[in-house]
Amino acid sequence: MNLDKVWVLAESSEGRPTSTTCELLTKARQVASSVTAVTWGPDVSALAGALGNFGATRVLWVGELGDALPAVPVAAAMAAAIQAGDKPDAVLFPQSYDGRDIAGRLSARLDVGVLTNVVDLAEDGTSEHAIFGGSTVVRARFTGEPPYLFLVRPKSFVAEQSAEQSGGGAPEVVDLPAPDTGPLNGAVIKQRHVEERSGPKLDEAAVVVAGGRGLGESSKFELIEELARLLRGAPGASRAIVDAGWVPYAYQVGQTGKTVKPTVYIACGISGATQHMVGMKGAKHIIAINKDRDAPIFSIADLGIVGDVHKVVPKLIEALASRS
Amino acid sequence: MASMNVVVCVKQIPDPAAPGRLDPETKTLVREGKLILDDSDAYGVEMGLQLVDRAGGGEVTLVSMAPNNEASGLRTALAMGASKAILVSDDQLSGADALTTAKVLAAAIRRTDADLVLAATESTDGYTGTTPVQVAELLGLPAVTFAKKIECHGSTVRVQRQTEAGFDEVECPLPAVVTVTAGVVEPRYPSFKGIMAAKTKPVDQLSLADLGLDGALRVTQEISEVAAAEERQAGQIVQDEGDAHERIIQFLDRLKVT
Repeated sequence: MNLDKVWVLAESSEGRPTSTTCELLTKARQVASSVTAVTWGPDVSALAGALGNFGATRVLWVGELGDALPAVPVAAAMAAAIQAGDKPDAVLFPQSYDGRDIAGRLSARLDVGVLTNVVDLAEDGTSEHAIFGGSTVVRARFTGEPPYLFLVRPKSFVAEQSAEQSGGGAPEVVDLPAPDTGPLNGAVIKQRHVEERSGPKLDEAAVVVAGGRGLGESSKFELIEELARLLRGAPGASRAIVDAGWVPYAYQVGQTGKTVKPTVYIACGISGATQHMVGMKGAKHIIAINKDRDAPIFSIADLGIVGDVHKVVPKLIEALASRS
Repeated sequence: MASMNVVVCVKQIPDPAAPGRLDPETKTLVREGKLILDDSDAYGVEMGLQLVDRAGGGEVTLVSMAPNNEASGLRTALAMGASKAILVSDDQLSGADALTTAKVLAAAIRRTDADLVLAATESTDGYTGTTPVQVAELLGLPAVTFAKKIECHGSTVRVQRQTEAGFDEVECPLPAVVTVTAGVVEPRYPSFKGIMAAKTKPVDQLSLADLGLDGALRVTQEISEVAAAEERQAGQIVQDEGDAHERIIQFLDRLKVT
């Protein structure tokens, strides 16, 4: 069946739709004739304008939600609307912290499955998924009744503003209050901690310099940060050193971490586990430095240096620093 | 709480070091042969053991779904110190999706008196990352995902939950479902004594009929096509002779990012 009505779970940050939200709205208006954004948080009128610029013609607003985790109220509100007859053919969710929780809750409430790790979606509802570290592509489809739920990986599509919408009328905003969910909605945020980072964001930087186990010890991550700073890029990390506690999770590139598509990705002491490669193989250019000539990372590197990161990277830093 | 019962959902998976493959007929992940405890689940098991320890009593119960009553991965978690396990095996579950898996796990968890249900944020082989929250919804429980720190105080669990910006301090009443990241705790290695003890710990083997789910589950998604992804070509590989940094700088200069 062809998709006609599509809903997009629209997440926002500081009053603006997140980049993945814009990517999903762009895709939704390409495959469907009507696009509804489902959102929450303060100041919905400003947010609605931005969502309209990317193609939403209607915005369903669950409320400000305050310090509640959004999964329960948002999924309950969506399920109530759908069960009352306002029924989309498909719902696209960003594969983010809250996006996964909301999709999971809605799936169980409606008793419909979710397809996850989606990297493309066709008009007929067929989704594309990259598995085994991106070496294999599978196409999947739902066989039951809609709505079809899709969790989409960030950076799967290029976000483009809609020509018709920009400067045109703002989308209609409809209140979609959450039903009372009782103790289900017991989780409350007591305090929010922001980990300060300087420089560009990891998933937006043109240059990403990432470090892995080959750095040997946590203090050597300074080399990665220094090289990233000199190239006005962002430092990233493999799961191995995040698990080891060298750097916070926010640095992680890969299946469980960030998906990055920079102009250049410089992998230092990273062997290239499949779960890492799936997060960075979309980079335009890849440089890898690794002692092990047989490291899988070399199979996708445009420039592979078989060498010791502790020798190559300091020289690289010195040469770049002497220029500035 | 002077005693606390923790259920840990664990997945037994084919060795991730071996390349994964799909069954050409059913196009689902091949999960035959020896299965091992998913590394991601060792964190939940360890966390559960520590919480029970701190509460001063109670036990850790494992819940798992696997083909052919495969229990070798469960034995690893039992050797770490879990008290017992519920294992659901049924031929009808071949190719089960995340929601089906969640229904099975939820039905198994209903047979316990869990104060807290722990799971990994996602499995290493399937990585859908939705099953624990689906379990929570089916059980009518609140959930906190992506925990990097967990503390229990009376009938409340306090969680540091990862976010895009950093982390949130979240409080949630028990019982609840919490998913843990690898950062939450350092898993112990099973001791020799633990390995010996695990051999005789109870593993309750159940079928769908035992759970009242016989014939009740349906999978509503299918894989229609499998293809090799477009390969990225390997470029130039050079041995560092002390001047590799110059090659890198030339490369970066050409891209105008220096």
